[in-house]
Amino acid sequence: MPPNEPPKPMFDVDRRKLLRSGLSLGALTLLTGCDISDNDIVQAMFGKVSRWNNLVQETLFGGTRLAPEYPESMAMKDFRYNAWYHADQAPVLSAADYKLELAGLIGNKKPWNVDDLYALPQKTQVTRHVCVEGWSMIGKWTGTPLSEFLKRVGADTTAKYVGFVCADGYYESIDMPTALHPQTIMAFQLSDQTLPAKYGFPFKIRIPTKLGFKQPKFVTAIYVTNRNPGGFWVDRGYNWFSGI
Amino acid sequence: MKRKPISRATHDIQEHPLLVRIAHWAQALAIIIMIGSGWRIYNSVPIIDNFRFPQWATLGGDPPISKIAHMDPGVANALNWHFSGMWLLLASYFLFLLHGLISGHFRRDLLPLHPGGLIRDFIGALTFKLSHRLGEYNHVQRAAYWGVLFAVLMMFVTGLAIWKPVQLSWLTALCGGYPTARVLHFIFMSGICLFIIVHVTLVALVPKTLFAMVLGRAADPIDHAETPNAAE
Repeated sequence: MPPNEPPKPMFDVDRRKLLRSGLSLGALTLLTGCDISDNDIVQAMFGKVSRWNNLVQETLFGGTRLAPEYPESMAMKDFRYNAWYHADQAPVLSAADYKLELAGLIGNKKPWNVDDLYALPQKTQVTRHVCVEGWSMIGKWTGTPLSEFLKRVGADTTAKYVGFVCADGYYESIDMPTALHPQTIMAFQLSDQTLPAKYGFPFKIRIPTKLGFKQPKFVTAIYVTNRNPGGFWVDRGYNWFSGI
Repeated sequence: MKRKPISRATHDIQEHPLLVRIAHWAQALAIIIMIGSGWRIYNSVPIIDNFRFPQWATLGGDPPISKIAHMDPGVANALNWHFSGMWLLLASYFLFLLHGLISGHFRRDLLPLHPGGLIRDFIGALTFKLSHRLGEYNHVQRAAYWGVLFAVLMMFVTGLAIWKPVQLSWLTALCGGYPTARVLHFIFMSGICLFIIVHVTLVALVPKTLFAMVLGRAADPIDHAETPNAAE
């Protein structure tokens, strides 16, 4: 080595190696950057796994296991509004013209009006609403257990599904065990007030054992069937059972 | 030229059985899927105000397309990745964990672990004085591997707590309630990210460890002149 050559920096090799490691990290992020989510085979795999996850959740679901209830003081008065459209675009139904239609495996399909619905025996619950996106909020809902309503109209509760049609183009469906769960209610009130239009007047289906999007608002028809009716978000790739 | 035979007397040898290699790479893939899709889900309702992960680093398709096609900001795909990836992670993690415990690999290579050794090796690592011998794990590495094994386990626990806050309400309560469990899920994810950065950096510094994890075996001739730790 020539005597007057400057000494080699001590960490020269390490620095080169660190650069290489930086490149490896870049490659790793590139790997996640190559997104194959919309590939047909991947989508088919998602469908299969989602059906498997339905089975797992049905098994885990306890028909009499109750969602935790909270003291009334914890209930949020100004409840969060959530939909794919703005609150002022929510359908405003007239109590005088409203009719709840019934269809499918139901004995008495006579439509119901608001007065008759609101005259049903009611229960109050303070439970947590959990959204698929991650936010959650405790609210106070009052209404008739869906099981009570299904019994009154002579629904075939051995059927597999209960479907809902809504005034805003939304639609949903749930499994019969969830429909018969004691905390699944047709909620007429939120925070002791008749359900305001944007929250689903005249009623929403409140299901504390399921994610928020499984709980339809402004319900205009209920039907009982053995064919899975899917749902608005379910048909856009969300898991059907979506129990919590 | 005839190759010298490789033996434990002349070489440091690192070996990984096929089962370990499969479980390792399956976990690596599953964790990339879980983090990428988790970040996309996180972005729809951030925990830290106004902090969102850059979209290119998240997994779940093209949000503008899914938004215009059917009003979904790409969360459906992300959820599908997340709830598919969890099964791959569950299977590969417990395969890895059970093998490590039963075969004695964890006891042999990741123990003992004590604070004194940890502090010594940590200072050594910071001052670049720590030499790496293939097949041998210093205390910092041991702590890191135990740490990431624990963090993934806690991802299952906190993940279950947010997935099933009613059916497993006792677990959610144990995690401090639904919102807290969600924050814990985020914190353990951050810990795993930190591990990945250090782990990948170290692999880049000692690439032979990568060969061992792919091919099953790597060897380094023992150079008795180059053992700075021996002087201590």
